[in-house]
Amino acid sequence: MRRIRAAAAIAIVTSLTIAATGCGGGEGGTGGASPKTLTYWASNQAPSVEADKKILTAELKKFEKRTGIKVKLEVVPWSDLLTRILAATTSGQGPDVLNIGNTWSASLQATGALLPWDDAAFDKIGGRDRFSEAAVASAGVEGKDPAAVPLYSLSYALYYNKRMFEDAGVEKPPATWDELVATGKKLSKGGKWALGAEGSNLSNNIHQIFALGQQHGSDFFDASGKPDFTSDANVAAVKQYVDFMAKDKIIAPGNAEYAQNQSLQDFARGKTAMVLWQAAASTFAAHGMKPDDWGVAPVPVPSGAPGGGRQVNSMVAGINMAVFKNSKNLDGATEFVKFMTSDEEQKILNDSYGSIPPVKAAQQDPAFAAPDRAVLRDTLAKSAAPLPQVPEESQFETAVGTAVKELFADAAAGRPVTTESVRARLSKAQQQMPK
Amino acid sequence: MTPAATTTPRRAPSGSVSERTGAQPPRSRRPRLPGRLRRIGLPYLLLLPALVLELLVHLVPMAIGIVMSFRELTQFYIRDLNSAPWNGLDNFALAVDVNQPVGESLLRSFLTTCQFTVLSVGLCWLIGTAAAVFLQENFRGRGLLRAVFLIPYALPVYAAVITWAFMFQRDNGLINHVVHDQLGLTDTPPFWLIGDNSFVALLVVSVWKGWPFAFLIMMAGLQNIPRELYEAAAIDGAGVWQQVRRITLPSLRPVNQVLVLVLFLWTFNDFNTPYVLFGKAAPEAADLISVHIYQSSFVTWNFGTGSAMSVLLLIFLLAVTAGYLLFTSRGKKPADAH
Repeated sequence: MRRIRAAAAIAIVTSLTIAATGCGGGEGGTGGASPKTLTYWASNQAPSVEADKKILTAELKKFEKRTGIKVKLEVVPWSDLLTRILAATTSGQGPDVLNIGNTWSASLQATGALLPWDDAAFDKIGGRDRFSEAAVASAGVEGKDPAAVPLYSLSYALYYNKRMFEDAGVEKPPATWDELVATGKKLSKGGKWALGAEGSNLSNNIHQIFALGQQHGSDFFDASGKPDFTSDANVAAVKQYVDFMAKDKIIAPGNAEYAQNQSLQDFARGKTAMVLWQAAASTFAAHGMKPDDWGVAPVPVPSGAPGGGRQVNSMVAGINMAVFKNSKNLDGATEFVKFMTSDEEQKILNDSYGSIPPVKAAQQDPAFAAPDRAVLRDTLAKSAAPLPQVPEESQFETAVGTAVKELFADAAAGRPVTTESVRARLSKAQQQMPK
Repeated sequence: MTPAATTTPRRAPSGSVSERTGAQPPRSRRPRLPGRLRRIGLPYLLLLPALVLELLVHLVPMAIGIVMSFRELTQFYIRDLNSAPWNGLDNFALAVDVNQPVGESLLRSFLTTCQFTVLSVGLCWLIGTAAAVFLQENFRGRGLLRAVFLIPYALPVYAAVITWAFMFQRDNGLINHVVHDQLGLTDTPPFWLIGDNSFVALLVVSVWKGWPFAFLIMMAGLQNIPRELYEAAAIDGAGVWQQVRRITLPSLRPVNQVLVLVLFLWTFNDFNTPYVLFGKAAPEAADLISVHIYQSSFVTWNFGTGSAMSVLLLIFLLAVTAGYLLFTSRGKKPADAH
């Protein structure tokens, strides 16, 4: 019995210390000590990590053949990527080259861990003007050298199930929100629903309410970069989104707990008729849909004609490629970025991932003129705006994304969602922002 | 004492421990010293690797965490911890000011965690003890049952909890299929992973995961109780319940003392279960303190405040542990004197 107690005493000490250390996991790559190797953290762009590895490995082999530099690839799932980058930043032990979600650019720029892309650095990869201006604008705070280089560009679009539209007698995809709600009510019956949502996915919530916020004439940060979540326009935008479930009843209540792309699965199974998504084609195909089964249209706007200002219908979504300042192989890393952003690779990679090349020359390739790609391309060119490029962007995504998640939970449980309840949640989110 | 015995250690100073302890105190003092030194030194030498590792793995990060709690550590400074400005007790002030949203939500999360811990530890103990007592009897299939009972404890936490997360899904989950579709206990399928039910879901998973440990420890404790005690009690006419109350539970007292404490600490600090079940933003009803602190530091990138909360949590757990040990050992002495 004494031995049990001794063992238990050790267990007590360890559990106590865990309390204080929290999660101290700080793994990192090798940092590429040799000039002939690089470590690369890629984000998960394909339907699975395995598919990503397959696509990228083929290209990395080409790079190795040309330059003799071996790239060690790790595809990091989205759920881990930001934490991994933070751990790498703190410890200084990170990859040489990494993908970042472009909305994190300003936040990560503030850490100083990423190599700034000044004109000299851009010249090494062919110059800043090779890239579309909107894409470069989502790579860091305005007026500072970007913290990363655009790699893949994406925008939101309305994906709809052609068969379900036909069955309900709907002839064309809705162009305004009023049309979407009217169409939605026709489609939402008999266990089927009009629109899918990922209510527990914080980032997705932010993307959706950002575009709606633009249409109501608001930003979530004021001109000086201070959070301004509770303005009438922001409250209206958030309420409009949650009301698709709470009031209009065109989103299934179960979607409130979705966070792992279950809404795409529902779409592929014919349970929901529409989703607002970025480059969903490859995921639909992976779930067994044929390209003819679905159609793509611009995300609705109040006037029916997407454009600038109040007719913005998407964020500038995308992936940027960054170089870790601590890299011992900066030349090789730059060389690798140059390779990945070359016209040829841009065509191959963006074609595989269903995204649009941020490199202008590659955009002209016929592969990106197919109807579904054309919608994304036109949206990016005409009616997309970057999310606020402020250092607190990540906190904003968490705080406001959680507020929307909780409002969806209210709606799903049948509790009323009112202007007051929306304002209260947003106000709580604003109070959590760093002062 | 023969002279030969006293000379043995001198001739073979590297003699085994048993040899030396076997040798009674020799008359001359000089040869004793190195032996005693070695005897005292050996345990420390053996402990050294563990101590070094413990220092590296636990105490150093802990110390850094305490230092961090006095600094303003946001994304602007994480690249170089030394550049973060000191801000005294500001982080602590923010964490304990219950009139401000940060402190208020921390307090709510703390109370939720207390409630959750009491329920989870209580249920784990109850189920574990009951199962251990029932499995004391020899019957066919006892070994099999024991093995089956230990499965939740042996499964990797992540794999087990993610399976529960699937089962708790509202539209496609197994739980609702049984509760709603088959038994018809509810009018509409309830949510388990969002809203108020999430507390129940968390509790179920936690108890499922925790009780086999209680079972295991109790089973070991029960093996140590002599059977004669029960036989004597049975002859004296004690029923099963009386045997449990008067023999089993008092005999298990020392085991229980550590078991409850360990379960308490594990449950209070549990991070994996809520994190895997709910993700980064746990619903308010199931917002356990470990995930809350994680969110306060990793997700909002304010590591100073998060560290301050961790330090507060550490102080609380130390106080509870010390108080508990003091309380239980004070009650034990008169019992031991019997």
